[in-house]
Amino acid sequence: MKDKSTGYRIFTVFNYIILTAIAVACLYPFYFVIIASISNPEALMRHGGLLLKPLGRLTLDGYRMVFKNKLVLFGFGNTFLILGIGLILNLVLTILGAYVLSRRELMLRKPFTILVIITMYFSGGMIPGYLNVKSLGLLDSVWAIVLPGAVSTSNLIIMRSAFLSVPETLSEAARLDGASHMQILGKVMLPLVKATLAVMILYYAVGHWNAWFNASIYLRTPSKYPLQLVLRNILMENQKSDMMQDIEMARSPQVHQLLKYSLIVISSLPIMCVYPFLQKFFEKGVMIGAIKG
Amino acid sequence: MTKSKTKGTAPDTARVSYWVRLKKDLKKNKSAYLMFLPVLLFHLIFCYKPMYGVIIAFKEFVPFKGILGSPWADHFGMKHFIDFFNSVYFRRLIRNTLTISITNLLVTFPAPIILALLLNEVGHRKYKGALQTFTYLPHFISMVVICGMVRMFVDHDGFITQMFSQMGLVNGKLSMLSNKNYFVPIYVISGLWQTIGWNAIIYLSALSSVDQELYEAARIDGANRWQQTIHVTLPSIMMTIIMMLILRIGSIMGVGHEKIILLYNPGIYETADVISTYVYRKGLLEANWSYAAAVGLFNSVINMFLVVTANKITKKVTDMGLW
Repeated sequence: MKDKSTGYRIFTVFNYIILTAIAVACLYPFYFVIIASISNPEALMRHGGLLLKPLGRLTLDGYRMVFKNKLVLFGFGNTFLILGIGLILNLVLTILGAYVLSRRELMLRKPFTILVIITMYFSGGMIPGYLNVKSLGLLDSVWAIVLPGAVSTSNLIIMRSAFLSVPETLSEAARLDGASHMQILGKVMLPLVKATLAVMILYYAVGHWNAWFNASIYLRTPSKYPLQLVLRNILMENQKSDMMQDIEMARSPQVHQLLKYSLIVISSLPIMCVYPFLQKFFEKGVMIGAIKG
Repeated sequence: MTKSKTKGTAPDTARVSYWVRLKKDLKKNKSAYLMFLPVLLFHLIFCYKPMYGVIIAFKEFVPFKGILGSPWADHFGMKHFIDFFNSVYFRRLIRNTLTISITNLLVTFPAPIILALLLNEVGHRKYKGALQTFTYLPHFISMVVICGMVRMFVDHDGFITQMFSQMGLVNGKLSMLSNKNYFVPIYVISGLWQTIGWNAIIYLSALSSVDQELYEAARIDGANRWQQTIHVTLPSIMMTIIMMLILRIGSIMGVGHEKIILLYNPGIYETADVISTYVYRKGLLEANWSYAAAVGLFNSVINMFLVVTANKITKKVTDMGLW
């Protein structure tokens, strides 16, 4: 470790330079978007190329446009609605399912486990999945978004492993005291798997926050669109969708650019501020997933 | 019947007692089974029902007739598969899917390993932590926003296009995404940006568990830092690398549709269209249900085969006791 040779010293210097360059390359695009969102749009257009500081007179017009845009506001609302309903469903089903699959005394535990694991390898695919949701009459409702993803099988298996790692003597003791399954789950098991639970909540929540594809195929009414779908329709302006007409089109392409930059900042800033503090949980999730796989 | 009577008693009683035991179990643990009911229903309705729905790939599906009512397709139900294999798209889709995923693998697989090795040499703990946090950032940004940014940057007035055009590398009047030759590089490099930091986690954790005594021993043998990396560090994380590689190869035919849908346009389908995006357009945009389901089924059968094989190999490798 304490190699003090000249060669290693030179390497260390280069290593710091290379790593710093990589970090800057990862961050710069976000920095660019942030300063572009407050730059003068005409000056930005003329400039082209890299930016180090905001151009021209600072402006908050982009942000003003974002907050005046009804679809963006609806988008936030719908995403929070999906997060609320979705997370409750995810947690209730995953916890109940994982608990049952971890009870060794149940005779049907094996068949149920096989039934669940099969779905990790086989699926109907995009088209039969869509037709299924359609035939259930769920199109254009929030249920089309939350129900098909109510349980993530890999999360279910991770949760089950967490329950299995709780010493059996604990639930056995509760059992002898006359506790029901619900009581064992709530009072004995859950408090012991809090860390896994936290990781799971984060993964489900990030999944809901980022999802847009299912919404794009299942929802028809723009006022029901979650934020990411609204973003997609505004950011991918080349794919002229019906939605573009609904957006109060900015007066000029330059101002429209400004709206895009501001939208990216508004929609990503919350997670950019939060993730450094949750990083440890996410890292833990990566390791849990890897061990399982 | 009479013959099997004598032989059959033992299994019979076993079977009877199984059902009796099951009945008892269901009664005794009724609450547990009730707890599982919603999860069971979910899997039946949202996982197994669509699996049954796959048979539309062998039919001429008409929505108002339903799955059972729709007539079978010609050629013993194989019409859509034959159509697909004979279409001009077949070769193009396979070629694009493989080109994109292999290029992506070659670039985005080794990069996190190198990053982890370099980070491992950083002695300053706080700086190392900061570098990690910075490189994770793109992982936390949604695909829509990432692709939105990529599109803006490589648009005709985007900063990347402008930079390259000042160097005389590209035409500064056009979006780089309008040139079919640039799609794969854009896809892969943006993927590198998204994943390099995050995918290094697993290797960093493997590196942190390397036995320090091995370095000690190597040093006593006179190995310098570079030799230690080659002879101690790399072999120690080789298993992790191999496992990750097998998993990646298992998904080589499964290029996801989301990122490509967000980036491509009809002008560059020739290099950008992959099987999953083709299924999306044929099925969901053109309502060519049975044909799209057949193409999708073809792809998932290959994927499943590759994934199952990859898992088997991984298991074998782990069982060898090297892990």
